[in-house]
Amino acid sequence: MSPRKPNDYRNELRPIWCAGCGDYAVHTALMRALAAQDLPPENVVIASGIGCSSRLPDHVNVYGFHGVHGRALPLATGIKLANPALTVLAVGGDGDGFSIGGGHLPHAARRNIDLTYIVMDNNIYGLTKGQPSPTSPEGLKKKAAPYGTMEAPLNPLLMMLSYGTSFVARTFSSQITQMVEIFQAALQHPGFAFIQVLSPCVTYNNTYDHYKQITAPLPADHDPSDYAAALRLAQITETQYLGLFYQDRTRPGYSAQLHELQALASPLTADQVIDKYRV
Amino acid sequence: MPERVPTIVLRIGGEAGEGTLTTGDIVTYAAAQAGFEVFTYRTFPAEIRGGQVLFQLRMGLCRIYAEGDQADVLVAMNQAAWDENHADLRPHAALIYDPKLVKVPESYAGPTYAIPAAEIAQGLEWLRGKNLVMVGALSWLLRLGLEQAERAMQRHLSSHQEAMAKNLETLRQGYAYAQEHYPEPVDFALPLPEAAEERLILNGCDAIALGALSAGCRFFGGYPITPATPIMETLAKYLPAFGGTLVQAEDEIASINMVIGASFAGHRAMTATSGPGFSLMVEALGLASMTEVPIVVVNVQRGGPSTGLPTKTGQGDLYLAMYGSHDEAPRIVLAPDSVKDSYYQMLNAFSLAEHFQLPVIVLTDQTMAVRVETMPAPREFWNECPLRRLPTPEELVDYQRYTDTPSGVSPMALPGMAGGIYIAESLEHNEHAHPNYTPEMHERMMTKRRRKIETARAMMENWRTAARRWGKEGATFGVMGWGSTRGAVREALQWLEQEGIQVEALYPHSLLPMPDKAISAFLYGKRAVLIPELNYSNQFARIMEHRYYQQIRDEQIHLHHFPKAQGIPFTVNEIYQAIKVMIAEEGGPA
Repeated sequence: MSPRKPNDYRNELRPIWCAGCGDYAVHTALMRALAAQDLPPENVVIASGIGCSSRLPDHVNVYGFHGVHGRALPLATGIKLANPALTVLAVGGDGDGFSIGGGHLPHAARRNIDLTYIVMDNNIYGLTKGQPSPTSPEGLKKKAAPYGTMEAPLNPLLMMLSYGTSFVARTFSSQITQMVEIFQAALQHPGFAFIQVLSPCVTYNNTYDHYKQITAPLPADHDPSDYAAALRLAQITETQYLGLFYQDRTRPGYSAQLHELQALASPLTADQVIDKYRV
Repeated sequence: MPERVPTIVLRIGGEAGEGTLTTGDIVTYAAAQAGFEVFTYRTFPAEIRGGQVLFQLRMGLCRIYAEGDQADVLVAMNQAAWDENHADLRPHAALIYDPKLVKVPESYAGPTYAIPAAEIAQGLEWLRGKNLVMVGALSWLLRLGLEQAERAMQRHLSSHQEAMAKNLETLRQGYAYAQEHYPEPVDFALPLPEAAEERLILNGCDAIALGALSAGCRFFGGYPITPATPIMETLAKYLPAFGGTLVQAEDEIASINMVIGASFAGHRAMTATSGPGFSLMVEALGLASMTEVPIVVVNVQRGGPSTGLPTKTGQGDLYLAMYGSHDEAPRIVLAPDSVKDSYYQMLNAFSLAEHFQLPVIVLTDQTMAVRVETMPAPREFWNECPLRRLPTPEELVDYQRYTDTPSGVSPMALPGMAGGIYIAESLEHNEHAHPNYTPEMHERMMTKRRRKIETARAMMENWRTAARRWGKEGATFGVMGWGSTRGAVREALQWLEQEGIQVEALYPHSLLPMPDKAISAFLYGKRAVLIPELNYSNQFARIMEHRYYQQIRDEQIHLHHFPKAQGIPFTVNEIYQAIKVMIAEEGGPA
């Protein structure tokens, strides 16, 4: 039995989120997953960018870095590489991750950097009061798009699978038990783990009923090591499947590879390097 | 014009991609091995192949501070090299050329040395080695010795072992040809120096990389950009052997954020870039300042704005380095003024960043980064500045990450430390690192962060490296500047001194905070000060006028602006003339 309890990861700051926000459930599930893994709080770091969901680190009793908009992944990458013994997570929203920070996704996947990245996707910019996001449905009418958006939404799972992400999952904030399971699997994964959490915004884009209708567990016979099957299932948007779409446990994580490289190099001192430049 | 210090300025011109720069590099190393002090300058097109390149080597018996205005020897690898460079030769300069490729007017008065480099190389069925024929010939004509040329070549082309035998043969043929056809000593050769002290030979980028390694840097996040890339390449080679990590990031924004993350987790961390990349990093400079995370950012300045002059030099990023960020984000800005100083300022940069927990920007520039210089081997790592302040066990009870202190520096916990848990918070925050937007808290934290700069100023006032002051102490006329322009100023002052004109110069190494005491003491008693800088609108002079307004007004000191925005460095003569003009305008010597 785990000696640590979810509340060991709670701090005294009250979240700023609206009552009913999906992010509360993500917060709860994350604390349960950390407790289930029995991780010492001081050995966990959560990095984030800007947005409602990016405030999550403020409410967890672990080390955190609340950085600038869109840069959670580079921050988390630097933290992990400096101290691979840490368990490092990055969290944020769909605007932070898929819009301003979208350029970092393929590279985190390419490096297979040993991080857990949780995107709380509410299909809207909530902190700035309701503008369309990269995952908003086409035609969504908002103040910044009074005639309806003309951009097609991204398909985050398909995108991350095509980048070669070694762990791709989707969960829903109404399903805490599954979230805890997926978060735990991600924390144990040896490379880059991406999780899209459907986490509705009750104030600007309340999609609870919509998602309750269209979400379904992945087919019982789905094999997460089957990349082609994962791609096929991710293309289906009428039904939003929940669960672990894909996992490749065979690829070593980036920090493990770096550790190998460092172990192979014969140690040098600065003076020895300077000697190479002698006339 | 006055007598120069005994040096030889050797200029080599040729087509890019045909070994022109390699020729220069090998001769430079051979000269250094023979005991000479060297100093190089090079221009090249932004493209890898095609276009004309220029390499200049200045060698001498004493330490050299500038590349030299006029060439004593021109090596013309092609016709364009003659066409474009003959106007910059001193009268009766020596010309070394390939007679098949270059037509020299019969009226040319200086000594000429025809070396059929292409023909000799062709005879060996090794046309691509024609530049090595020139290296061989030069090592005879300059009396550097064949062994030195061979060793320098082996060192420089060590990655081409398969061609080494052929290359050696080509070089020897060039040497033999010159020896046979021009046996008499040439009038431009210098006497070989006596055994010199222990020296290094390296370019400015490598000096920065070595400085970083000596200072304990263990993380580098970077993105390729001319002319800063060699810093990343050198560190990529060595960091793993130090247990360190180098990541080539997806862009400069990712680079600097990785660096911030790595430092937050406890590593000494840096990035290096040039103007366009530095512009992208500005938001994160504010982040490091706000969250009080130590980072070092090297900006190898090039001409701008926008893509600008990727392979040319400039000093136009001073405002951006000092003020770049929304609102006010305290940072430290250092300006090394030579290749040697680049090494030492990196030690300062890491000491200051780590101690004061803020971004330190090191401003160098294209010419200083790519040029090769000899320098005395560094002394023991000196450490006048205390390192990162970690919390004591007592401070970890009810730990306050951003606790207000008289110095402004708060103890910084590292992930993994029990009791130290905190959020590095980019929002305005209180001592516990919790978001807090009250008017009182914002003012208190702005004051705390700014106070670190004043603490740093007080500390650095006592550093002998805070500013470089030389020339006639208390002279009525002065020169002030920063960075790579120092070399030309130093030599111009020597010229003036030979004419009996006394001038004093001051080059601060810290531009933010400015070493106020050193600058005020320098300004005291000056009638006029020339401020040369390689940008369009006199950025350093404007900062000086702003900061020392009262003293300049009360003591009626005239600051003479001397900007140059051409992508190339000052010549010694330009500085020399500008000082003379200033003195004349001010009514002549005191």
